[in-house]
Amino acid sequence: MGASGGWRGASALRCLRPAGLAGRAWGHGAPWGWAWVGWIPCLLTFLLVSCPGFKRPLSTSERVPRICIVGSGPAGFYTAQHLLKHHKLARVDIYEKLPVPFGLVRFGVAPDHPEVKNVINTFTQTAQSDRCSYYGNVTVGKDVTVEELQQAYHAVVLSYGAEDNRILGIPGENLSGVYSARAFVGWYNGLPENRDLKPDLSSKTVLVLGQGNVALDVARILLTPLDLLRKTDITEGSLAAIASSKVKRVWLVGRRGPLQVAFTIKELREMVNLPGARPILDPADFAGLRDAIKDVPRPRKRLTELMIKTALEKPGEKEAKIWASATREWGLKFLRSPLEILPTADGKRARGIRMAVTRLEGSGESATAVPTGEVEELECGLILSSIGYRSLPLGSSVPFDRKHGIIPNHLGRVQGVPGLYCSGWVKRGPTGVIITTMNDSFDTAQSVLEDLQAGMLNVSNTKEGFESVRSILQSRGVHPVSFSDWEKIDAAEVARGQLAGKPREKIVDPQEMLQLIGLAPFHSVSLKGKTLYSVLFFKPNERK
Amino acid sequence: MITWRVPRLFRPLLNGLNIGKAQPCKVAEHSQAPATLQPERSFSSTHWLRDVPRDPSSAERVTVHFINRDGEKLTAVAKEGESLLDVVVNQNLGIDGFGACEGTLACSTCHLIFERDVFQKLDAISDEEMDMLDLAYGLSDTSRLGCQVCVKKSMDGLTVQVPMEVSDLRRQLEVGKQSKQ
Repeated sequence: MGASGGWRGASALRCLRPAGLAGRAWGHGAPWGWAWVGWIPCLLTFLLVSCPGFKRPLSTSERVPRICIVGSGPAGFYTAQHLLKHHKLARVDIYEKLPVPFGLVRFGVAPDHPEVKNVINTFTQTAQSDRCSYYGNVTVGKDVTVEELQQAYHAVVLSYGAEDNRILGIPGENLSGVYSARAFVGWYNGLPENRDLKPDLSSKTVLVLGQGNVALDVARILLTPLDLLRKTDITEGSLAAIASSKVKRVWLVGRRGPLQVAFTIKELREMVNLPGARPILDPADFAGLRDAIKDVPRPRKRLTELMIKTALEKPGEKEAKIWASATREWGLKFLRSPLEILPTADGKRARGIRMAVTRLEGSGESATAVPTGEVEELECGLILSSIGYRSLPLGSSVPFDRKHGIIPNHLGRVQGVPGLYCSGWVKRGPTGVIITTMNDSFDTAQSVLEDLQAGMLNVSNTKEGFESVRSILQSRGVHPVSFSDWEKIDAAEVARGQLAGKPREKIVDPQEMLQLIGLAPFHSVSLKGKTLYSVLFFKPNERK
Repeated sequence: MITWRVPRLFRPLLNGLNIGKAQPCKVAEHSQAPATLQPERSFSSTHWLRDVPRDPSSAERVTVHFINRDGEKLTAVAKEGESLLDVVVNQNLGIDGFGACEGTLACSTCHLIFERDVFQKLDAISDEEMDMLDLAYGLSDTSRLGCQVCVKKSMDGLTVQVPMEVSDLRRQLEVGKQSKQ
């Protein structure tokens, strides 16, 4: 990795051999004594290349590790960042199935949490750096396989996250009016696959199953005053739907108790202070809890104290004012486990939910909810299931632990597959905030760096990286989107947003994104047979 | 790349709801003149520059030491009024992943551990800072977020520790295990 004297010094040394050529080059009649002058450049070269700090210009035989990362969310970018920072030669290519990068930072973080999205700035720097390239609109597993990537790169890191969600597994789950919180978040954040969700917001009561930060996010977006939502990057379509929403009350329902809530204090505080909304917390749920948290670690203690305070104490001046004039409500229900979603008379839509009343066995994080036999029913027309995201297997060549929903690995090295790594949610499971993913990604990058150092990735075997992949993609009619293409889409979104007083107006149709950057025609003229444009730009099965 | 080139100061306009999240140091220094009076800073290729006190030449210089996760001591000369996050960013100190949310109290990546006597003299911690600190790894009794701590003249020679992350601890355990075999 660094320059060393070694063999390069030896080749320079060769010019020090007394050579008839050197003597003759100085011309006829030059005294033999002058020939030694020819040795000076050789001597200088030898000294120069022997110096430890000397950097030779790159040649094709230079051992440049080529690393491929699948997924351009925080895990992908932080892994790339760490690799590029700690290895002076490595080249990193980031692949992404959507045209646009950033994963959950763009599609998961709530519109009213723009500060969390500041990480996009550091990711942008990484993408713009010399040894990093971004290739959007490429679906690994379909447009190019993992095996093909492993042929083209010395190391492949899978950071494709969790695109699915856990299912309830109860009757009525597929009724109209029941959605996963993941799809709902995707809908208001402009994730292309969820743009046609059209959730029915005509119900006064909404039930969110789950008590994590995602549950709080969806509750907050449903209850936030429109004036505030309007200024965020929430999509135009979802803003219009929320504007005509009839939702007045949101319940967050958990199987266990207050000490097991998964949301964190910042998000709870936001909810407590939400303009126009009042919390409904049953004091009975919090009786005796103050004693129970005396010796608990500070984060859990403060979180529980805030809930207790909100439930049991008289509100402060600021809160009292908000709650007095509130037109909307949110509440926490504990010790309720969903049994069945109840249908309307015509059997098509959700009208309510039947839940088992539970009690806790054990305490703390490991407490379990056990049914008591009692049952409760609640009327509601909109149910959002927020019980966790879930990763999907990529293909037969990548091992997958279906029980835990992760790729089996040790410190980011995929078990049984040398040269294959993973980072982020697909490695550890779909929980945690950005710092969790950051540390995890640095961890995986560290494993890659160690393996490079130990010679386990055979960098002397030159790999072509994207040059090999390019021809594969071309043969399959796939057109990658570059980072500067993304910058054009970005600029267009920001410009449209400015007209509406928003940070950006997200483009939700991938075709529109591709049209903007010239990878799809603006107008497909309807002619008999195929148009020239469609032949040039569309894959065979999509030609019109 | 319009978003990238928007000066940091105009970002609150774009962020809508984000206007209230000023850092304590900036509020103290920039209550009067708009920062546009300062020379326009271009974005360097390695890091984003942060605002510094209005009159740099008269601001006191304060030496601050950061002990990185690998034990390396990074020394910087800070200006009074900068936050410790400002110092790390402006001087491009090699601390991995520091300041992800850019000082807006939306992460805990600028978590630092102080010596007890220094910690006790720091300005009071807000609920908002504590909320984010609660999520930090290696939380200690003398932990603070670097973006909320302003450099003062009295801090000259200050030494702060960058806490080990979960992954660092796990690797230490691994190395320990391997050496025992």
